[in-house]
Amino acid sequence: MRRQNCDVAVIGGGPAGLAAAVSARRHGAQKVLLLERDRELGGILQQCIHNGFGLQRYDEELTGPGYASRAARALEAAGGVEVQLDTMVVGLTPDKVLRTVSPAAGLQEVQAKAVVLAMGCRERTRGAIRIPGERPAGIYTAGAAQRMVNMEGYLPGKEIVIVGSGDIGLIMARRMTLEGAQVKAVLEIMPYSNGLTRNLVQCLDDFNVPLYLSHTITRIEGKSRVTSVTCMAVDENRCPIPGTEKTFACDCVLLSVGLIPENELSEATGIALDPLTGGPVVDQHRETSVPGFFAAGNVLQVHDLVDWVSAESDIAGRSAALFARQLRPAPEKTLLLQAGSGVRNVVPQRLVCQPGQAEAVRLFIRVAQPARNVRLRCLCQGETCYERRLPIVKPSEMVVVELPSAAYQPASGLLTIAVEEAAP
Amino acid sequence: MKNEVRKISCIVCPMGCVGTVEVRGGIAVRAAGFTCKRGEAYAVDEVTAPRRVLTSTVRVVGGVLPLAPVVSSRPLPKEQLLPAARCLATMQVAAPVQEGQVVVANLLGLGVDMVATRAIAVA
Ligand code: SF4
Repeated sequence: MRRQNCDVAVIGGGPAGLAAAVSARRHGAQKVLLLERDRELGGILQQCIHNGFGLQRYDEELTGPGYASRAARALEAAGGVEVQLDTMVVGLTPDKVLRTVSPAAGLQEVQAKAVVLAMGCRERTRGAIRIPGERPAGIYTAGAAQRMVNMEGYLPGKEIVIVGSGDIGLIMARRMTLEGAQVKAVLEIMPYSNGLTRNLVQCLDDFNVPLYLSHTITRIEGKSRVTSVTCMAVDENRCPIPGTEKTFACDCVLLSVGLIPENELSEATGIALDPLTGGPVVDQHRETSVPGFFAAGNVLQVHDLVDWVSAESDIAGRSAALFARQLRPAPEKTLLLQAGSGVRNVVPQRLVCQPGQAEAVRLFIRVAQPARNVRLRCLCQGETCYERRLPIVKPSEMVVVELPSAAYQPASGLLTIAVEEAAP
Repeated sequence: MKNEVRKISCIVCPMGCVGTVEVRGGIAVRAAGFTCKRGEAYAVDEVTAPRRVLTSTVRVVGGVLPLAPVVSSRPLPKEQLLPAARCLATMQVAAPVQEGQVVVANLLGLGVDMVATRAIAVA
């Protein structure tokens, strides 16, 4: 078995892993090892051939592959990163021993000084939403279909029903239409779409694809291949209303019903997860509950912009390098951040403070419901220590705020983030 | 001639204003319901000359992957998206493909090139 040592091991070569590896090098890690299970770098970006990436990070509108190649070029420019492709991490221990397998090198053991978790996320499947019916062919997650259509050259069907109106579902509605398929319906159980307005306009309206809000799929018909899908309108408790059945003849169902951070390795290593995000509990430096393990990108929280994934990974890579170089100071105190009213989750979940620390901390917040004219507050023991008005918030668009040090430095114990309707 | 009223969702910023534009003979005569000028300008463009960037794929012969992703060098008229994509489906390019390479020049005579957005090496 091959054995080697490194300063920082990065698991995953998507946008998160690429940025973390570069950042680790920039902050003095001598030997960085990047492990990717696919045959090339770039992760999910390679199949996201549409544009709209990179406006924040590169001040330019790029396609997914374009963004990936920028990130890969930055990796080359940084130098000193050993990339291993076709390499799957199958074991990870709390003392930072990684076990990997690959066709080229077989089994390998790596002793790292610090580890960055950048494994991304995966799609929720049919099992996760329990659609009754047969088990015919023709049912795919939207992302799997995206890979088939954009990279492998197969069309998964000709008459399509899409379940869920998240951005991947919307983008696939356009993609399938452009490839000559007919998208019969997009079904969304909530009374609002989880996609960006831009995608609703440019992926559905542009091609007259009907969106059914407050509708859920109730049955899939077909023995060997899907032949039809039945949906029903739902009431405010998301229960199907009898008598509202609609049936669409189709040969393909695409599921766009959410993403789950991929944390089997993290869990096996004993890293604490946040049930609200599905990712590790981290501090603002992206350190998890196990010292020397850092997490960034979709493995930590499902982002809606890759630009934020890269920015977050810059932080994780830097922290991992400093940890490997034993330059991370012990915190003077630790604060906990929790989601209060109107908030689904907050990242980071912990704030560590050093004496004299003056930098603002960037918070990523998911709200529970769409609302206009709201007040976002940070509360400590019932007192407001930070407050901001926001004209509009949506669950589909992460709220990003910079919490100034003056707000958290004097605090102790627990900080609560709340989003409430503002008094007019 | 009667004015046609079109409902437009603004996509310029996250506010997502929904307003209306009145059109007469292909010319916007009035816009209402948009919070700012940028939104108004977007809405007027949307009803008079909507354009979109097209992204799709072109078949690759002899490459490590069977498809190359492509993007239009400029936005094209919205109603040309589908014809352009159907035309791309009939085309092919030989590997190797370079990122930035013009794979199809002047697609459908629209004055727009389709450019590869990644490299595809020879298999
Ligand atoms: S009209 Fe102005 S404020 Fe409203 S969505 Fe458009 S750009 Fe934003």
